[in-house]
Amino acid sequence: MASFSTNEFRAGLKVMLDGEPCSILENEFVKPGKGQAFNRVRLRNLKTGRVWERTFKSGESLEGADVMDITMEYLYTDGEFWFFMDPKSFEQHQADAAAVGDAKQWLKEQEPVEVTLYNGTPLSVTSPNFVELEITETDPGLKGDTAQGGSKPATLSTGAVVRVPLFISQGEVIRVDTRTGEYVARAGKS
Amino acid sequence: MSPAPAKADVEDWRPAASPAALARRAELLAAVRGFFANRAVLEVETPLLASHGVTDPAIEPLIVDAGAMLAAPRYLQTSPEYAMKRLLAAGSGPIYQLGRAFRDGEAGRRHNPEFTLLEWYRPGLDHHELMAEVADLLTHCLGPRPWRKVSYAQLFREHLGVDPHRASVEELAALARDRLEVGDLALARDGWLDLLLSHCIEPGLEGLVCVHDYPGSQAALARVQERGGIAVAERFEFYVDGLELANGYHELADPAEQARRFAADNALRRSRGLSERAPDPRLLAALEAGLPACSGVALGFDRLVMVATGAGRLDEVLAFPWARA
Repeated sequence: MASFSTNEFRAGLKVMLDGEPCSILENEFVKPGKGQAFNRVRLRNLKTGRVWERTFKSGESLEGADVMDITMEYLYTDGEFWFFMDPKSFEQHQADAAAVGDAKQWLKEQEPVEVTLYNGTPLSVTSPNFVELEITETDPGLKGDTAQGGSKPATLSTGAVVRVPLFISQGEVIRVDTRTGEYVARAGKS
Repeated sequence: MSPAPAKADVEDWRPAASPAALARRAELLAAVRGFFANRAVLEVETPLLASHGVTDPAIEPLIVDAGAMLAAPRYLQTSPEYAMKRLLAAGSGPIYQLGRAFRDGEAGRRHNPEFTLLEWYRPGLDHHELMAEVADLLTHCLGPRPWRKVSYAQLFREHLGVDPHRASVEELAALARDRLEVGDLALARDGWLDLLLSHCIEPGLEGLVCVHDYPGSQAALARVQERGGIAVAERFEFYVDGLELANGYHELADPAEQARRFAADNALRRSRGLSERAPDPRLLAALEAGLPACSGVALGFDRLVMVATGAGRLDEVLAFPWARA
């Protein structure tokens, strides 16, 4: 893997720091007019999600991390692993619960998701910002109540529970914002 | 015919600075010239491409090495100090220059590799008298504002509870490791001081602050005095809300001491794996002829425009910053 000098650090660059794959968030050049130059860098640890700050002497370098973001198709889960397929190579990858994380409640078979591979193994899975899922269970809808507030829990086909307006019925397909876990609209009416 | 550039390359043809920022910039250029005209300080211009660069181990020049005129590579000037000292030694009297300077590798929120530097020299003034004049200029440009002077030692005592002149390298390193994530960073004594100053002290400097009496090891081209067994450089820096704005010296005039500093700089450059820089023989000859006792200061003009416009990035006050130049 190539190595990168502090002056090549850009947001999004993937590097190894203390043996952990990280994504650079911010790189600030700090230099007194008459003194040592530094780069004050913020990085996200791609394994833990934790944000690190680290100061380097300008000109030092870090090894690049073998990290790739690939859009894959979600296949199925056997309860222990979640299986994904790269639609270009047809290669299948299995991700454990730690890698799938919160994304697992939004995974729908045959739908695309972004899988981050580190040394060829899934490190994390990112759902699209919006997904459309069917409601498998909710209290009966209140007909005609389309304007008033008020909500009720609804269980989706993936097992996720979201709050929906009272007029939504079982069997309907709704659009959910995966970043907040909130109902957005009936599918097709966004 | 050369191929047309990719579209992405030309979409940034527009200026980075707003029309209002460019107008403020023009006003400040006029204000600076007015300030010095009133005080009978002569505006001068010296070469941007010179046969010698500075020996300063912390400053790297951009070098021009192609062209029929060039018998040897020439250095884009990192500051006009050598040429201006030659003018002073030739009897110019007080002089200022408002021009471009270039520094390789310096790009970021507060840096652009090509920038505008205001540099001036005052024969007969010591560094404390020049500090007062810098404050006058800033008041003239930015409106009245209070300023305070604080010594480098006092600053470190106030912010970090440490004596920067006497603390051991280990103490300074431990202090930095306590406050910052630095991994296995290895630095010499002045490196740790620079790290603590830039990361732990500068961000907390409010208002207009002048720091003076730097460690002797950070004298650069300033005179050094012994004070209570400590070598103190007659050097100062101005900060506005933590932004470093100007660096000044009671100028070294002794050619033998200057030659020793050139040699020490080059020894340091060698130890860091940097190429050595030939000392400028014309500067040494001018010092031999006699540099009048004087103080001098260099002020980052673009940063002054940042302060005047409230900009958070240097790019906001440059028509075409490095990436669009």
